[in-house]
Formats: sequence, C-alpha cells, structure tokens
Amino acid sequence: MTESIKTLKQLEDIKKAYLDAQEKYDYIVYVCGGAGCVAAKCDLVRTTLLAETEKAGIGGKVSVIQTGCMGTCAIGPVMLVTPGNIFYTELNAAKIKTIVSEHLVNGNVVEEYTFFDAALQKHVPKMDDINFFKKQVKIALRNCGAMAYDDITAYIARDGYQAAYTALTELSPQKVVDEVKASGLRGRGGAGFPTGIKWQAAHDQKAEQKYMVCNADEGDPGAFMDRSILDGDPHSVVEGMLLGGYAIGASIGYIYIRAEYPVAIERIGEAIDQARKYGILGKDIFGSGFDFDLEIRMGAGVYVCGEETALMASIEGHRGEPRQKPPLPFQSGLFGCPTNINNVETLANIPAIVKNGGKWYAQYGIEDSKGTKVFALAGDVVMTGIVEVPIGMTMREIIFDICGGIPNGKKIKAVQSGGPSGGVVTEIDLDTPTDYKSLQQLGAIMGSGILIVMNEDTCMVDSARYFMEFTREESCGKCNACRLGTKRMLEILERIVDGEGEEGDVELLEELCEVIANTSLCGLGQTAPNAVMSTIRYFREEYDEHIRDGICRAGVCFTDHDKKAYPQRLRGRVL
Amino acid sequence: MAEITINGLKTTVADDLTILEAAKTVGIHIPTLCNMADVSSFGSCRICVVEVEGARTLQVSCLTKVRDGMVIKTNSGKVRKARRVLYELLLSDHDQECLTCTRSGSCELQAVGEVLGVKETRFAGEHISPPEDVSVSITRDMGKCILCRRCVAACNDIQNTGVLNAQGRGFDTVIAPAMFSPLGDASCVFCGQCTVVCPTGALRETDATKKVWDMLDSGSRTVVQVAPAIRVAIGEEFGMEPGSQVTGKLASALRALGFDDVFDTNFTADLTIIEEGTEFLGRVKAALTGGTATLPMITSCSPGWIKFIEHHYPDRLDNLSTCKSPHTMMGALVKSFYADKIGKKPEDMKVVSVMPCTAKKFEINRHEMMNDGVPNVDAVLTTRELGRMIREAGIDFRALPDSEFENPLGMSTGAADIFGVTGGVMEAALRTVFELVTGKELPFDKLHVAPIVGFEQVKEAAITIEDPLPDYAFLKGVTVRVAVTSGTAGATMLMDQIEKGESPYHFIEVMGCPGGCIMGGGQPRSADPNVKEKRLKGLYSEDESKVMRKSHENPFITKLYEEFLGEPNGHKSHEYLHTHYTPRGMENRLADKNMVKKEVNPA
Repeated sequence: MTESIKTLKQLEDIKKAYLDAQEKYDYIVYVCGGAGCVAAKCDLVRTTLLAETEKAGIGGKVSVIQTGCMGTCAIGPVMLVTPGNIFYTELNAAKIKTIVSEHLVNGNVVEEYTFFDAALQKHVPKMDDINFFKKQVKIALRNCGAMAYDDITAYIARDGYQAAYTALTELSPQKVVDEVKASGLRGRGGAGFPTGIKWQAAHDQKAEQKYMVCNADEGDPGAFMDRSILDGDPHSVVEGMLLGGYAIGASIGYIYIRAEYPVAIERIGEAIDQARKYGILGKDIFGSGFDFDLEIRMGAGVYVCGEETALMASIEGHRGEPRQKPPLPFQSGLFGCPTNINNVETLANIPAIVKNGGKWYAQYGIEDSKGTKVFALAGDVVMTGIVEVPIGMTMREIIFDICGGIPNGKKIKAVQSGGPSGGVVTEIDLDTPTDYKSLQQLGAIMGSGILIVMNEDTCMVDSARYFMEFTREESCGKCNACRLGTKRMLEILERIVDGEGEEGDVELLEELCEVIANTSLCGLGQTAPNAVMSTIRYFREEYDEHIRDGICRAGVCFTDHDKKAYPQRLRGRVL
Repeated sequence: MAEITINGLKTTVADDLTILEAAKTVGIHIPTLCNMADVSSFGSCRICVVEVEGARTLQVSCLTKVRDGMVIKTNSGKVRKARRVLYELLLSDHDQECLTCTRSGSCELQAVGEVLGVKETRFAGEHISPPEDVSVSITRDMGKCILCRRCVAACNDIQNTGVLNAQGRGFDTVIAPAMFSPLGDASCVFCGQCTVVCPTGALRETDATKKVWDMLDSGSRTVVQVAPAIRVAIGEEFGMEPGSQVTGKLASALRALGFDDVFDTNFTADLTIIEEGTEFLGRVKAALTGGTATLPMITSCSPGWIKFIEHHYPDRLDNLSTCKSPHTMMGALVKSFYADKIGKKPEDMKVVSVMPCTAKKFEINRHEMMNDGVPNVDAVLTTRELGRMIREAGIDFRALPDSEFENPLGMSTGAADIFGVTGGVMEAALRTVFELVTGKELPFDKLHVAPIVGFEQVKEAAITIEDPLPDYAFLKGVTVRVAVTSGTAGATMLMDQIEKGESPYHFIEVMGCPGGCIMGGGQPRSADPNVKEKRLKGLYSEDESKVMRKSHENPFITKLYEEFLGEPNGHKSHEYLHTHYTPRGMENRLADKNMVKKEVNPA
C-alpha cells in the first residue's frame, strides 16, 4: 500500500524521483497511443522499438513511453524522440529498425521518415517547426502525447495534483469558484454555459448530499476530443472532478462514459485506482478533512444521454430520456440532490486554471470566449486529428495553416461546425473567428468542437440527409416533435436525394424545421433541424436542382438508390 | 402569487400553477394530449405549447410554471402553426382508421384535431404498426398509439405494477411490456387503468359485445348481473352526470337488450359478507383460542388485486379470504341453485356480468372459477361495453322507466351498494360482524365507518369489542384493527408490512383500482375532475336510501341458506362460493413451472 500523500513535499519528492529517473536515459521516445495510432498498430511500433534497442545494446539508455494522442491521427503511428523533438510519422517495423540503428545508435536523424509537410513539399523533422503544432496552445491537452497516460507519477512530475493540493489545503471552496469564474471558461460540451456561474450555483445550494458529474458521453459523429483526453491524460479529469467536488461541496462524483470507449473506461478506471492508492481520492484527502470519491457509470452509447437530464436519468437506472428544465441540475439533479455536470474537456482545463489562476487562462481567447478550445477535424482535410487553439482563431487558420488544407487539390465547399446539431460555414465565411457568438450568427455552432471539412465533391442535400439520419436514429422517442419530426424530415430528404422530390418539399422542410426547433423538449430536438436549415440557407439552389432538374452537381445522389454509399464514405474517414 | 398577462389579459394567480392551469382560471383552454391533471405531466405531445415573452423557444404549458411578470400568448400565429404541425406529425404515425375505432367520438386525438382545425395530413411516411396484442382483458393496438405515455404513468406511477413502458428508441419506440412480450405473458394484473387514461383506441378492453350478442341471439337462457359500481356510472355513457343513480333504468335497459333474467351482483355481495364475515370470525377464533390461522385476512373480491398478489407475493395467498368474488358466486348459484329451480342444465345457461372491471374478463377464464366443468360466468362486459350495446340496440337510456332486479337473486341491502367503493366492503363486513358478535348495531353515524371512507391511499380503523355475546366471549376486550387500501401501490405497502411481520391488522380490504370499483378499469372515461367523489356519493346515497342496510338482514339470503346452502362456510358454500389461488410469480414463472393450465384466450 502506497503512503497517502499528506504534504506538498511528498508530491515534490515523487516529481523529483520521476525526473531523476528520466535523466538517466540518452533518449526518451514518446510513442503515440491515441485511438488513431492504436488502430494503425502503434503497439507493433512500441514492441519493435523495445526489441531493436535491446538488440542494439542500448535498451538501458532509451526510455520508451506510450502516450495519449498527439493529435496527428491522419499520419499515425507517430512518435517523438527527445532530445531534439524529432517527430516520426507513418511508422512501421522496418522504419523503426532504421531509426534505431541510425538515430538512436548513431545519432543521425532519419529525415525521410519524419513529418512531411504537403503544402511545403518537404520534411520538417522538428516538432517545434511543424505548422500543425506551432500555432496550437495546449491547455486541456497539455499532457496528451507528452507523458505516460497510465502513470500517476508521470502526471505528478508534470505538476499534476498540485492545484488540488493547494486548493484543498489553502483555498476556500469559494476561492476555487472565483478562479474558475475569473478564467471565463465556458462549458466545452456544446452549450457553452459559463462554468464558474454553474459552480457558484451548485456551491450556493444548501444540501447534505451534492454530486459532481463528468459528462463523458461524447457522441457527435467525428468527435474524439474527450476520448483523447480520457485516453491520454485521465488524471487531469480526476483532478478536475476533485476540484469541482471541493468547490461545490460534493463528496461523490460520477463519470458517465459511453461503453463504446472501452480504452477510455479502462484508463480512467486505472487513474481512479492510482489516485485512491495515493490518498488523492477517498477520505481526508491531503489531510484537509475533505472526502471525495469517483465512480464510473457506463452508458450504452445513446447520444441523447449526453443531455444532462437524460444522463442523470441513466445514472439513476432509468430510461435515458431528458426531462423538462427547470429544475436545473444544481436545484434538483441526481437522485434529487444538487448536482454539477461538466464535460471532460471543461474539467481537464480546471487544474491548469486553479494552478495558474483564472487570469492566466483568460489571456487566451477573445472577449466573451476565453481560453482555448479543442477541435476535432474530420473529412476532406489533410491533417485529420485534434488541435487545441485559442478561441477566436479563424476557421481558415485552423483548416489551412494548422491542418494543411484540402487534399488532392480540391476546393473547400463548406465546413460542418458543431456536428449534427450545428450548421455549415461556407468558403466565404472561413475568416470568421471560431467563437460561440460568431458561429451562431452564421447559423452554425461551436458545439463540442467538431469541424467536418467538405470539398467540392460533397452534395449538401445529401450531407443534410446524413446528419438528419443521425438525429432520427438518436432521438429518444419521448417527445412528438423530435420523434416524428426528425423521421418525416428524413423521409423528405431521402426522397429528394432519390430523385423523387416534389415542388414544395423545401418549404415543408422549412416549416418542420421551425416547429421542431421551437417545440422539442431538449437540445437534441431543438437543434436537430440545424443542418437542414443551414444547408437550405446557403445551398438552396442545390435543393432546387435536385427537385426540379434532377441534377446533383456533386454526382452523389440518384446513383442506384444506394443511399448509404456516401455516409459510409464519410464515416470511414471520420472515425 | 404571480401577476401574469395571458393573451393581453392581466391576472393574478397562485405561483405554483402551470401555465396550463393558470390559463384555465381565466377561461382559456389550451389543448393537450399527454397531460393527466394531478398525476403526470410528461410533456411528450407538445401540443400545449405557448409563447412566453423572452423565451427562446415555445414552452409547454403543462410543465412550465407561471412566474411573476410572465407574458404569455396561447393563440399566436406561431403557436397555432406549431400545434397544427405537431398534430399532423401525430397523425402521420397513426392508423387513422377512425370510422371503425371503438373510440370514434370519444377519442381525444380526434377532439384536439377538431379544435385545431387541421384539415390535411401532409406527412405521409412509414407507420409503426405492430400486430394487435389481444389478451383476455386488454387489447393493445399500437398502430393507434401516440406515445403520450399516460398509460405508463398509470401503470408505474399510480399502480406501481411496472408492466407498460417505452421499449425501443426514437421513431421505433413502442409502449409494451419488457422485451415486447404480450400482456398475457407479463405480470400485468389487467386492472385496465391504462385503458381509462388512453386518449385513443390504442389500449382498450378486449371486446365481449359480439360474444354477448351471440348468446342473446342463440336462444339459450341468458342471465345478466350488474356490479354495484355500474349503477352510478352507466349514466355517463349517455351524457348524465357522474354519480347519477340510474339503477332502475339499468335494470330496464338490460331487460330491453333481451336478457332472460336480470339479477344483481349486489345480492351476492350481501352473501359475500355472510361468508367472508364467518370466515373472518373463524380465523380470529382459532388465533385467539390456541389454534392456527393466517391473519390478517384480506378481501378477495378484486381480481386485479388477486392477480397482483399471485405475481408479487405468491407465498402470501393464505392471507386471502377463500371467498370467490361476488359475481362468480352469482354465476355459481345461477348454474346450480337457480338452474335447479327452473329445471335447466347448467351447461344450457349463460351468465353475463356487467362489471366496472377489465380484470373480471381474466377472472372468468381462471380454471378455479368453474363448477362441474362449467364456467361460473360466460362473459364480462365493462360499463363502457354495456353502453355501446345499449346504443347499438337503439335504446333511449335516459327515457327508460325504472324497474327492479329479479328475485330470488336480485334483492340487496345498502351494505352491498357500497361494495363498489373503497372502504365499502370493510364497512359492510363490520356492520354485520359487529352486530353478530355484540348483538348491537355498529356504533357509527349513519353506519358509516368514517375513518375508512374516502380516497386516502391507506386508511385504518380500530374497534374494541367491549361486551360480546356469550358465543364470542373470546373476543372480549379485543381491539380489532382493520385497514383499507385501493390501488396496487397501496396494497404493496400493506403487503410489505405483512412480509416484515409488522402488520398490526386483522382484516384488510384491498381493491385493485385507486378509489375502488367506481374507478375501475372498465368504467366510463370522464373529463370531470370530481368524478370519483360524485360516484362515491352516488353509492353512499343509494345505501342510505334503503331500509335494509346490513347484509344479514337480506331475507333472500336467509332463504338461500335455508333452501340450498345450509350454513355459512358449510359444505355447499365451499363447493360453490369458495376457491383457491395460483402462485404465479413474476412473468408467471411459478405458474409455468408448476404447469398450471394457462387461461384460455377467448379471442
């Protein structure tokens, strides 16, 4: 049994011991173990690396660390070699052999295996020189890809749990709330509600039992921000929950996570166990007298359970359906007790905010959207993956400067921002800053931060149909507006892409959009028509061409009635 | 209090009201399909949306509470458009076979459409229509379901039986028992409360009218009997006030329909008191004089309740009185005592019961409810079905003259009338038992045992026997404790007490439906918020209007014992009037294991 941490010195000793141990190595190789790289067989990279270094007799001099996602999912498996910060991409066993003999034994960088910048048409070996990384500011992702995800001492070595220690031993709960308020952090799950205000409300409730809940039910197609954090830096979520629990006065926290994230479930579970072992969860944490513990609740992957009232219903063991608000969760939440619910990314920011101060965080971002935001890029973009940038950066900078633009010389047509609940941003609006307000004005939303980039070969009617198919599939069935509204909209869209659209269908869609948005019970239904409304707004002529002229300018529709062909293609790239 | 403005009209209302309720106070009607006043506001139909100044979206008025300064529009263009589209959406997943639907004319979906002025349905598309699930009692026709989930509230929140719930997701959602199993395979007690609250024809009693018409046409001797609760409710089927006492018209209507003998279940209610009272005294005597007896004894008139205990407390069936329910007693007597009298064979006689109950349809199919291989009762009509038959026969119910039930099985005392309301069976039993034991009249104003009158979920009373007659000396100084509940949720509380060994009671009355038989699953659907109270009042005044108000005073009962039964709880009584029960367990697991013959589905 490890000794419980009660003093700052214990934390510092752990950090020192870890750093000292790393000092002894000539090279530290960080192998990305994010979901994308796992799929690209990064495990083979790691085992080959271990075997080859052993064979070359440098086993004791090279430390191989498996990390969370580095963000460059399109070119995995990837690894970073320090010192030098050399970034190798698209690795395989043969390449590893060469890298071991050339780089790790002889000290020569194998440039042809390093990152290739398609725009510049050359290799850029050093991570610090790569455009993809240069413009990013990593706060929520500060540890993802930079340390072993499964080692609490690695987290402590990067100053982990220091914020929690300071808060529990020195700060009042109100002071913690104040810091979060000062940071200007807004909920990263989609709605963008100011986190500090939410915490204040929960803090102010008088109740014997309160709950902290982490919403890890990330379900937008193409979204994997939260998954990357849970996979790559689970301890930051544990620490965020601990800080939240302390701030609002909750003794129990639930992490509600979808069962489709088995790796994340395993890693966050392990992180909780480690934290318990070190006395960071449990009774009398850091000798402060504060008790807090975490439990994992698995969801069956129902999209609507990301809605907070449905999520709570699911934790309570009921059918995952939303209910009318108010009462809001802080008034009557889980089991009728005051409850504070935050999303994974929001929570991952908290330790950094408490450690460095709200003001520090507020230096990033713009007026009413402070800080940074993680975006997941999918679709027709060179670098699909995840990035974290200061809020307010334009979409053009994100897509072209950071992610390398559109592959194969194609033109960009639109970006679906905010997933199925969001809308499209067209080429002419790409210079709009990506913040909550600006995107909303365009009829899109920031949402959880998904950008699906679509090139000129995309049919906008079909893309609207795809997103409507998703919401129809994920509607819980409780309220009439969403249950039947999404179904009927989908049927109209299906007949348009099948060449059976009728004059007046667009107007019918518009009428349905208005009513569904206006009368649905929860956010899922209220935002379900967005993709359709926004494509009608910007691409009305494509709808008319389908209906009147039987033309699909992208050449996607009317083909053998194979309605599934396109979404399969899209899905293949997204996930 | 909150000052609000509705449609330009300023008004002050209590601040715990919903917009829907507040609007009603100023005479503004907001249509709704899923709302159940006082029970459940689910917010599924969205039809009741209104515009609230400052709100981003339209608000459902059934769930949104008023706030001081709130400005509400219930009839703006935006609202009307939304309601129409929502209504059209509901129709798009409804079979729209209105002309052949039993609910045509009483359908709330129809009524709302009429109010909204919807004249078209623009959203044709896929329609989920699983095959009908016809159980002995209840028919589920999900092609007509609008997923308002009132039935789910009735089944879970009110009755706590937890059988019906939403299965599947989104457009594929269907209200069904777990795993989409048919009702007959689930732990459904057939109380029929779901059929009362269903706004459409999706949940309804399994029709027996055709079967009864066939009996009437067949020429066989067809006997009818009516439960107490019918006489204060059938009038509603013909536009009369709830609680209207139409006993005389009812007897005339049955005769006009062509029944050969018009008897009254009230008669066997009186008989039940004699049998059950005797049984109770026997158990108490045994318990107090060193013998063994299971107490508390629990009434057994309500077949929904019986099925509930068989599913949920299969080890506690000994607590039930062994008395059959009054209408099956009647059936047994008709096919024995009365058949003898008129020189008919039991199998040549048909007995039809008009009941406020859907569970009775199940009950008559139980293998226990037979004598000599002949079922005691051949068909059960609900009050609603009888209403339909009277209409079909072209009988002007309101204009009918009064007439009487026929003897020897038609006369009853006031004690029998109150069998139809929660607390009534217990009161009737106490009237007789107390007098039997002490020789004195039950010491309550107008003979009403005040603590057990009314609609509280669990009611109790205690009576101390001070001065018993010599035969009952063992009761001297004993305080008899009784409890009364209606609805299976209340029954659960009392049963859990028994399970824990903490029940302080000797005698418990349970009726399966909240409020008792007057609110049974087969009763007319009423929009009157005071329907319960009105029907209760109807039964109590029927009781008070009678000269004889204690079951043991019924001269035909005395005669029946002299001519046929011999003595209470005697050999003949046991043969015809008493029964036993079947442990079923959840989803009939015990019954299946013991290979108990499944009740035959008449449909």
